[in-house]
Amino acid sequence: MKFLSEYRDPELVKEYIQELHRITTKNWTLMEICGGQTHSLVKNGILDMLPEKITMVHGPGCPVCVTSVSVIDEAVWLAEQPNHILCSFGDMLRVPGSKKSLLEAKAAGADVRILYSPLEAVELAKQNPNKEVIFFAVGFETTAPANALSVVHAAQQNLLNYSILASHVLVPPAMEAILSDEANVIDAFLAAGHVCTIMGLEEYYPVAEKYKIPIVVTGFEPVDLLQGILMAVNQLEKEEYKVENQYSRAVLREGNKMAKDTIQKVFSISDRVWRGIGSIPQSGFEVNERYKLYNARLKFHIDIPFAEENKECISGDIMKGLKKPKQCPNFGSKCKPEHPLGAPMVSSEGACAAYYHYSSDTIAQ
Amino acid sequence: MCLAIPGKIIAITEQLDETFRKGKVSFGGILKEVSLYMVPEAIVGDYVLVHVGVAINIVDEEEAKLTFSYLKSMGEVEELNTPDSIKNNS
Ligand code: SF4
Repeated sequence: MKFLSEYRDPELVKEYIQELHRITTKNWTLMEICGGQTHSLVKNGILDMLPEKITMVHGPGCPVCVTSVSVIDEAVWLAEQPNHILCSFGDMLRVPGSKKSLLEAKAAGADVRILYSPLEAVELAKQNPNKEVIFFAVGFETTAPANALSVVHAAQQNLLNYSILASHVLVPPAMEAILSDEANVIDAFLAAGHVCTIMGLEEYYPVAEKYKIPIVVTGFEPVDLLQGILMAVNQLEKEEYKVENQYSRAVLREGNKMAKDTIQKVFSISDRVWRGIGSIPQSGFEVNERYKLYNARLKFHIDIPFAEENKECISGDIMKGLKKPKQCPNFGSKCKPEHPLGAPMVSSEGACAAYYHYSSDTIAQ
Repeated sequence: MCLAIPGKIIAITEQLDETFRKGKVSFGGILKEVSLYMVPEAIVGDYVLVHVGVAINIVDEEEAKLTFSYLKSMGEVEELNTPDSIKNNS
């Protein structure tokens, strides 16, 4: 465990932990949605400080982890076509597709570039008029405005050699999929702070109401997470179910209007296959009719067979909160960050990788 | 890749029209060109939360500094040094 003094506000951390111990009378299972939160909970040793009655399970909020095998195959196929430059966030490169990862495609000669921003990909398209530049647009609602903006920018400059492969996923439909699963064990959610910076709170009220479940929009620093957990447990103990905003310093109730408008301009809502979970209706963004010239799927007539997931990986159970990473028989043996079998072992925001790197009990194993 | 990192706008570098604005943002000394499209009211000197090259919100200065030092201590600002990132011409 870390020393208290290492935290940004050690006194507050201490206070929240004491308060949590004081108010918790029943067993509660909470799910944090965002992979950044998972990473912070594990890395900062917060799981070890919570009362025994509180169990944290780790949700599907890591875009790297939920991008399906078939979409990785699409990206690999796009990268392998002559005269193509496939651009991606770095985390995606090691995610295994059905035959290979983008990193393996790159090693075999495909032009795959790691970029910090989709806007850089638009620049790249401008600099390389004789090449097709495709951005692998993954992410949750947080990333959607940037990816949408890249399309708006490209259209405005009449760049016809730019397109995106969209694999966007949305938080509220995933929450509903988890809650309506028969095996559901979740009593409360910590919603993802930066997702709500964009989207605001509105879409969470119906979910809280329908499933009678507390939802606390929470940041990712230790004090945020502890305060978010405290707010959720407080509601649970009082049998309340409200949407609360722990992260008001970065989240307004209405979100960011410009960002939401940009998303709406470029994307429409579509069904999406989540790796490990399966298809969730109306849970993703696809480039809409108006910007179809910028949709790589249509532009290059991608037609590759649907790929089955690796059956050895139990990431679906982990992302639904039914199992912990170390309950996977492959954890740390057949599946390690250097040789990932499944996506949650790839990104540092994936639950398996977070446990592998930081959890004291796995290190002791 | 999911985090937004706070930084300070030190210059407006490009203004195509009212909305298409870019600015130079300093993340504890690391400079990046950032789109200010989503934060039309932001001005030089403001602190903004930046996610994959796009500012998504204006934040309080004190708060921005604390968050940045937390992220830095956790090694979470590495993505600003993405290897293949193309050079900006500006
Ligand atoms: S340890 Fe590996 S194989 Fe097991 S669930 Fe995690 S990613 Fe999948």
